[in-house]
This record gives sequence, structure tokens and C-alpha cells, in this order.
Amino acid sequence: MIQVSGLIKDYGARRALNSISFNANQGEIVGFLGPNGAGKTTTMRILTGYMPPTDGTIIVAGHNVVEESLEVRKRVGYLPETVPLYNEMTAFEYLKFMGQLRRLPNVEERALETLDTVNLDARAHSYIGTFSKGMRQRIGLAQALLHRPEVLILDEPTIGLDPNQVAEIREVIREIGKDRTVLFSTHILSEAQQICDRVLIINKGKIVAEDTPENLQSKLVGAQQVILRVRGDSDDLAEKIKKIKGVKRVEKKEDNSIEFEFSVGQDARPLVAKTAVQGGYDLLEMRTASMSLEEIFLELTRESASSVKKSS
Amino acid sequence: MRNIWIIAKREYNHYFISPIAYVVAVALLLLTGGYFSLMLFAANQSGSFGGFVPEISEVNNLFGFLLLLSIPALTMRVIADETRSGAIELLLTAPIRDFELIAGKWLGSFLFVLTLISVTLLYLIILSPQVTPHPDWKLAASSYIGLILLAGALIALGVGISAIFSNQVTAFIATFGLFIFLWWLIGAPASLFPVGGDFFTYMTINAHFGDTLSQGNFYLTDLTYFLSLIAIGLFTGTLAIEIRRWK
Ligand SMILES: Nc1ncnc2c1ncn2[C@@H]1O[C@H](COP(=O)(O)OP(=O)(O)O)[C@@H](O)[C@H]1O
Ligand SMILES: [Mg+2]
Repeated sequence: MIQVSGLIKDYGARRALNSISFNANQGEIVGFLGPNGAGKTTTMRILTGYMPPTDGTIIVAGHNVVEESLEVRKRVGYLPETVPLYNEMTAFEYLKFMGQLRRLPNVEERALETLDTVNLDARAHSYIGTFSKGMRQRIGLAQALLHRPEVLILDEPTIGLDPNQVAEIREVIREIGKDRTVLFSTHILSEAQQICDRVLIINKGKIVAEDTPENLQSKLVGAQQVILRVRGDSDDLAEKIKKIKGVKRVEKKEDNSIEFEFSVGQDARPLVAKTAVQGGYDLLEMRTASMSLEEIFLELTRESASSVKKSS
Repeated sequence: MRNIWIIAKREYNHYFISPIAYVVAVALLLLTGGYFSLMLFAANQSGSFGGFVPEISEVNNLFGFLLLLSIPALTMRVIADETRSGAIELLLTAPIRDFELIAGKWLGSFLFVLTLISVTLLYLIILSPQVTPHPDWKLAASSYIGLILLAGALIALGVGISAIFSNQVTAFIATFGLFIFLWWLIGAPASLFPVGGDFFTYMTINAHFGDTLSQGNFYLTDLTYFLSLIAIGLFTGTLAIEIRRWK
């Protein structure tokens, strides 16, 4: 449904996208994860025909975005980062206008149905100018869903919403994603992990990782880090933990806690706990130290830099 | 064509909630209405001397002149508003051509100004029984054709310029400047060239509106002139949108 290969975008002399390639299939929800300025919006704007690429081949819903822009635009629903709305129109009027531009049959009926999908049917005849942020996001989403597009492209659809609203939007995305292709961007790792079948991680205009959320987690982290805290001195315990099978690295911290790593699939935690208890230690705490998004990007960019060196 | 119409309809409706459009409409109708009343008053005064005959073309002349300032005020926001609200991203990713967007914006604004012009038909209705034997219908018709063509051309140029500048003030100044240039300045070099100076005169709006159409003379060149301006304005707007995409 979406095939991108060798996508390059230059803003003047500045290269915003540096040879991006990826695919997204029908019925797949693909998360586009990256920090601000990574190039998510730029990529999406190119996929939707808003701006042309500098180079690369992009096929969306079976049509080339450069040569058959109008054909692509007919088949794509797009929710831009700044939700484009007309405040002086009612929700219904707005969808009717968009539906007419898309030449939908039974526009009015379709507009009401779509308002129902995003739970705005009660506010169909209210002016958009009076809507809350969450409602604006939902009417924006309704606009993208209106023509039941084969491909849905959503640029940070949950940004600035409260947790309830985020949950609602996620539910809608998951529902739509069942039979259509959804590409949505976010800079929140957990969000990508929750909704997506596959995650693309983009940083500085390059895709640095691409996998299912689960694989990505294990690949990224490689090993799981655990922090252990016992009462009293823990030097001896650290030595004992080092000998446990599957434990890769043990480090004694200044605050007297112990940090250790084990390979994914070789969960050493039960053995570590047993060792501590049998050794007579009072076990106070054992928790996994999860990597922050920043750490993951650091990790990934370091990895990709070294793999470039290897291959040259 | 249908896309143009859909864009035009929204644009037209938008004028009725736009404060600037109200200011422009009130100013235009007050000034032309006032002028018309003065004209009637003067005619009634001089009636006993059998002199001055009021003509609607006088009102249309003033209307046309006022458009020089009104149109830039109306068209400056046509694209700027869409850019500011972010809706431009929606329009440029909807399955419509850039030309259809610009032509729709033009048509919507044009229909709004036509609505204002149609109000002056009221003056004509008031006027006709007062003029014996009857008003100069040919003059009236040609002055309306002139006014409509003029409005169409100025709006096209205004929409074209609004697509270039996303800042409203800049768009206003550029549009107004262009109108002043086309109305008079471009004709200035005419006197410098003993041969071929006519070309510069031909280029002025005044040569096609003030000197011919509003005087009751309709030539094909006038029609060509205004239609060309419309084409240039719409082409410029479309090009500006296309360039915007590349940036
Ligand atoms: N219209 C533009 N002109 C120039 N540079 C731009 C423009 N839009 C984005 N950029 C730059 O391109 C890079 C990618 O931006 P963007 O695609 O918006 O990232 P993201 O959506 O991931 O935050 C950023 O460094 C940004 O400054
Ligand atoms: Mg962005």
C-alpha cells in the first residue's frame, strides 16, 4: 500500500530526509517514531502529495505520488500536524464541504456517519470554533476518514490531548487499522508500542530501526537491565550475582544498589532473587530500568554509525 | 469545473462573515449611493435649465474607481487565511488541481463583488422614470459590462498576488501598487515615444474602462484586454501555489 524507496528531501541546502525506504501493507498499522525535527512531518507531506520529493520513488495506494498525485490524494486520508479546520463552519458543514471536494455520493449521510465514528454526532451542528482541543482533533480525524480511504496518514494524532482523549483516538486508529493501512507518527515510544504492528524509528532524516514493537524492544535493549537493592553492604552479593547463568554485567552503584543485565530470553531475575534471600540479605527492591526514548536514539545512532564503518 | 464551484461557494459564503468585506461593502454602497443622490439632486436643480442628464455610467465609473482600493482589501486574505489556519494543507492534499483552487477563490470573490454591483441596479430603476424620454440603455449596458470585466480582472490579479504573499499587509500593498501602475503609470511612457507609444496607452486599464466602456463604446480589444488580465492573474496564482509546494 505504501512503498517508499530512496526518499530524499532537501529544504534549500538542508537535507531533511536522507534516503528513506520502507513499506506498509494493507491492514497494517505502522508507527513512525522519532524526536522532533526527525523528518516525520516532511515524510508524511510527501506521501500525501502536499510537496514533491527531491528524489526517490514513492507509491501510495498503487499510484506514484509525483506522476499521479491526484489519484493518490483520492485514496489517502490525511490528518496534518496542525489540524486544518474552518472555525466559522459547523462540524457537519465542514465535513460536507470536504466530502463535496472528494465527490462522495450521499455526502450528508456520510458526514453524519463519520461524526458518529468519532463520537461527535451530538455536536454536528455546533461551530468548530467552539470545540475543545480533543474535539478539534476528532473532527480532523473525521475529515481524514470521511471517504473511507485505503491509506490513512496521521501526523501526531494524540499530541496535546488528555489521557482519556488519547485512549479514544487510539481506539479509533486500531479499529480502522483492521482493514486499512495506517501510518501514524508519534514521539512517544509507549504509544507506538501499544498500537502498532510495526514501528519505524526515524532520526535526523534516516530510518534507524524497523521492526515489530517486541523485536525492537529486545533488539534495542539487547539485554534487560535490572536494579536490585538490599539492606546493608552488598559487595559479596554482587560477586555472587556475577556467577549466575545469563547475567551479563553487574555494577555496584554508589547508592549501594546493584545494577545487572541479562540477555533477553534468559530471565535471571528468579535466580538472583533466590541468591539474595538465601544469602541472608533483606531484599528491598528489584525493578527493571527501562531505557528512555533519548537513550534508545543514542543507542541506535551509535549502532548505525558503527555498522556504517563496518560495511565500508 | 465542479471543484471550482465548491471552492467558490465556500469563498462566497465566507465574505458574509468577514468584517473587512462588510466595511468594503458599506463603503462602496454609501459612496456610490451618496454620489447618485447628489447627481439626482443636481439634475433636478438644473432640470429647469434643461441641462444635465444623469446617467448610471457615472455611478459605475465611481464604483470602478473605488474598486482600486476595495479589491486589494478583499483579496489580500484569500490565500493568507488558509495558510494561517493550516487549511491550505488540506486543500493542497485534496484531489483538486491547484488551478481549480485558484479559480474557485477567484470565482467566489467575483460573485461577491457582482452581488455588490447588482445593488446599483436599484439606482438605475430609480433613475429611469426621471430621465425623458429614457436613459441611454446602450451606455448603461456598456458601462455595466465594463465594470464587471474590470472587477473580474482586478480580482484575478488580487488572488494571484495573494497566493504569492502569505502576509496580508504585503499582499494588500502589492495588489494596490499593481492597480495604480496599471491604471495610470504604465501609460506614462506613451508620450515619450512618437511611434509605438500607443502600446503603453493600450496597456492602461483606463484606456479600456474609463475612455471606452464607461463611455458607451464597446470594442473587442477591451474584452481581450480584461480577459487577458484574468488569465494572467489566475496563471500567476496557480504558479505561486506550485512554487509554494516546492519550497
Ligand atoms: N518548510 C520547511 N523549510 C525548511 N526546513 C524545514 C521545513 N519543514 C521542516 N524543516 C526542517 O526539516 C527537518 C524535519 O522536520 P519535520 O519533518 O517537521 O520533523 P518532525 O515532524 O519529525 O518533527 C527539521 O530540521 C525542520 O527544521
Ligand atoms: Mg512533525
